[in-house]
Amino acid sequence: MGGILVYALTNEGAINKNSLGAVSAAAKAAGELGTEAHAVVVGNVGDDVAGSLGSYGATKVFRAKDASEGLAAPAVDALAKLFADNDYDYAVFGGGLLGFEIGAGLAARVGAGITAEVTGLKVDGGKLVGQRPILGDSLISESNYKGKGVLIGRTNAFEATQSGSAVAVEDITVETSEQASKVRLVTRGEQRGADVNIEDANVLIAGGRGLGAAENFQLAEDLASAFGDGAAVGATRAVVDAGWFPYAGQIGQTGKTVAPKLYVAAGISGAIQHKVGMQGSENIIAINKDSNAPIFEFSDLGIVGDVQKVLPALTEAVKAKKGS
Amino acid sequence: MKIAVLVKEVPDAAVEKRIDPSTGRLDRAGEKNLNPYDQNAIEAAVQLKEGGAVPVEEIVAITMGPEGAERALHKAVSLGADRSVQLTDDAVAGSDVVATGYALAKLIERESPDLVLLGQQSDDGESYAIGAVVGEFLGFPALTQVSKFDVSGSTITAERQAEYGYDTVEVDLPAVISVSDAINEPRYPSLKAIMGAKKKPLEKVTIADAGIEADKVGAAGSKIECGNFTEPPKKAAGEIIEDEDTAATVEKIVAWLDERKLI
Ligand SMILES: Cc1cc2nc3c(=O)[nH]c(=O)nc-3n(C[C@H](O)[C@H](O)[C@H](O)COP(=O)(O)OP(=O)(O)OC[C@H]3O[C@@H](n4cnc5c(N)ncnc54)[C@H](O)[C@@H]3O)c2cc1C
Ligand SMILES: Cc1cc2nc3c(=O)[nH]c(=O)nc-3n(C[C@H](O)[C@H](O)[C@H](O)COP(=O)(O)OP(=O)(O)OC[C@H]3O[C@@H](n4cnc5c(N)ncnc54)[C@H](O)[C@@H]3O)c2cc1C
Repeated sequence: MGGILVYALTNEGAINKNSLGAVSAAAKAAGELGTEAHAVVVGNVGDDVAGSLGSYGATKVFRAKDASEGLAAPAVDALAKLFADNDYDYAVFGGGLLGFEIGAGLAARVGAGITAEVTGLKVDGGKLVGQRPILGDSLISESNYKGKGVLIGRTNAFEATQSGSAVAVEDITVETSEQASKVRLVTRGEQRGADVNIEDANVLIAGGRGLGAAENFQLAEDLASAFGDGAAVGATRAVVDAGWFPYAGQIGQTGKTVAPKLYVAAGISGAIQHKVGMQGSENIIAINKDSNAPIFEFSDLGIVGDVQKVLPALTEAVKAKKGS
Repeated sequence: MKIAVLVKEVPDAAVEKRIDPSTGRLDRAGEKNLNPYDQNAIEAAVQLKEGGAVPVEEIVAITMGPEGAERALHKAVSLGADRSVQLTDDAVAGSDVVATGYALAKLIERESPDLVLLGQQSDDGESYAIGAVVGEFLGFPALTQVSKFDVSGSTITAERQAEYGYDTVEVDLPAVISVSDAINEPRYPSLKAIMGAKKKPLEKVTIADAGIEADKVGAAGSKIECGNFTEPPKKAAGEIIEDEDTAATVEKIVAWLDERKLI
């Protein structure tokens, strides 16, 4: 009875880091609940890879081999079948885009309560409680489930920790739902634009929609050059989607996670999905013309001003300082 | 083709959002507005209609919300919807995501649209989930965070950014598409459209009208209870500089960097 099922997202034979975190957190909670955490992978994932989820605390791993990886609907079918067969109480997801879609679909199908953006799992009175920041992270709310619960983690909220050892993988056969038969993955994981490296940078100058136009990324590039070696330029999803900057330089939930010594956010509002990818930076400077922008709530130095004015002047000042 | 757009009224962006301690729910007393992300969904519908790749006969805006939420519908109509439907019923107050998605699916069924569009998130609940829930209840394929899509015959080809890069996905109509905020720049309504919005048909329905089962909605029909609100540990507030004299501003930034050996 009971138990927790965790969805593990994979791509090109590797398990997503946030899924490993979700398995670790679920295994810990399962221990406190006196039950087990199981994991499921969708697609033709190798035995070793799938089985390695055991090392993060999953006591059983299921695989829906024939279902298409990278789509939500076939995964909902697989998880719903496992819920029907094993009567789980909870499903836990590491977040990301598919985690949200699969979790929401599953909750509707099995009649579960759902919490998105979960940052903590708590066990209270023999039940799993999801903790989630709300209203611009100003409060933490706790979700109590009347019956089954679906908990979707916030990106980078759960750390992957090893406990246990690899387990055997059990293949399952899943019937395709009507919804799943009407969706087809054409291409997955296309990298748009040049391959830029931002993960090794000590200094990151990140640009957002507030830069105003693609060509204004030059202002960020100039400041990065002024800092010299070890400095690079990154971006928000808004500008990557607009084609102003390559996807490889995107920071956040569906981009990279970075933690440089210095992070300069230029014309970036500070949406949660951006914050989760950069809040580990040692020093954060934000330049934004709106004094109410959320980014100021988690920056160490905030400049209320126009990036068009501040960036070029700062570039000159940094050059002068370095030359002195 | 007929398009249904789901829209929600939320506290205005300028209002400090808070939980009403007496109800444990969001305090909705202040100024309200159409959820900004839903403007992207309406704009996508209007562009489809104007684009002419497929004939669009009608765009219907649908909301579930209390008396007063018709303002969001008026705004939706001023932005290009042809008419609107509002589910107002005490029985739905306090619905969670799954209950809301179920009720919306019932409203959508009454309209039999070919395409259901919605925003990427509401500005208050921020669950990013209604699209997938509605799709599940309707048995329609659902995609979220779509930043570009084309309709050809009865197929939609959509692009969105997922965790490993851009994915291109095809779905058969009828389908649910929740659009990302990067898909378009919503237009401003014309004065004429604003004035005319109240004259367009607005149908108010109850749960009985829509065939919604009372025990599946509202606080009682919801599967979740939120509470025990606590404040997270606050990061010490950063220093703020108002840029009045840019030369002085950058001098302060450089000194700040220097102090921390970042330069
Ligand atoms: C599932 C999902 C995944 C996502 N993944 C990511 C992700 O990986 N990374 C990411 O970044 N986002 C992601 N997002 C999007 C995120 O929610 C925001 O939409 C995005 O981060 C906003 O980018 P922005 O700050 O550039 O733009 P905006 O939010 O539009 O902010 C622009 C800012 O610039 C300021 N500004 C304007 N002009 C000037 C000027 N002249 N001088 C100074 N300031 C100015 C404005 O005041 C504003 O604060 C995701 C969203 C979802 C739902
Ligand atoms: C602070 C806060 C926290 C909450 N936490 C939870 C929670 O953890 N779990 C839970 O189940 N519920 C939660 N709720 C309740 C939830 O917000 C409502 O059920 C809500 O109506 C639907 O969720 P959303 O607005 O978050 O949807 P989202 O999935 O973020 O909204 C996406 C889109 O769905 C459409 N949409 C959403 N609501 C409506 C509507 N009423 N009418 C028409 N279209 C709509 C809009 O197009 C919107 O852009 C919370 C509410 C608040 C205010």
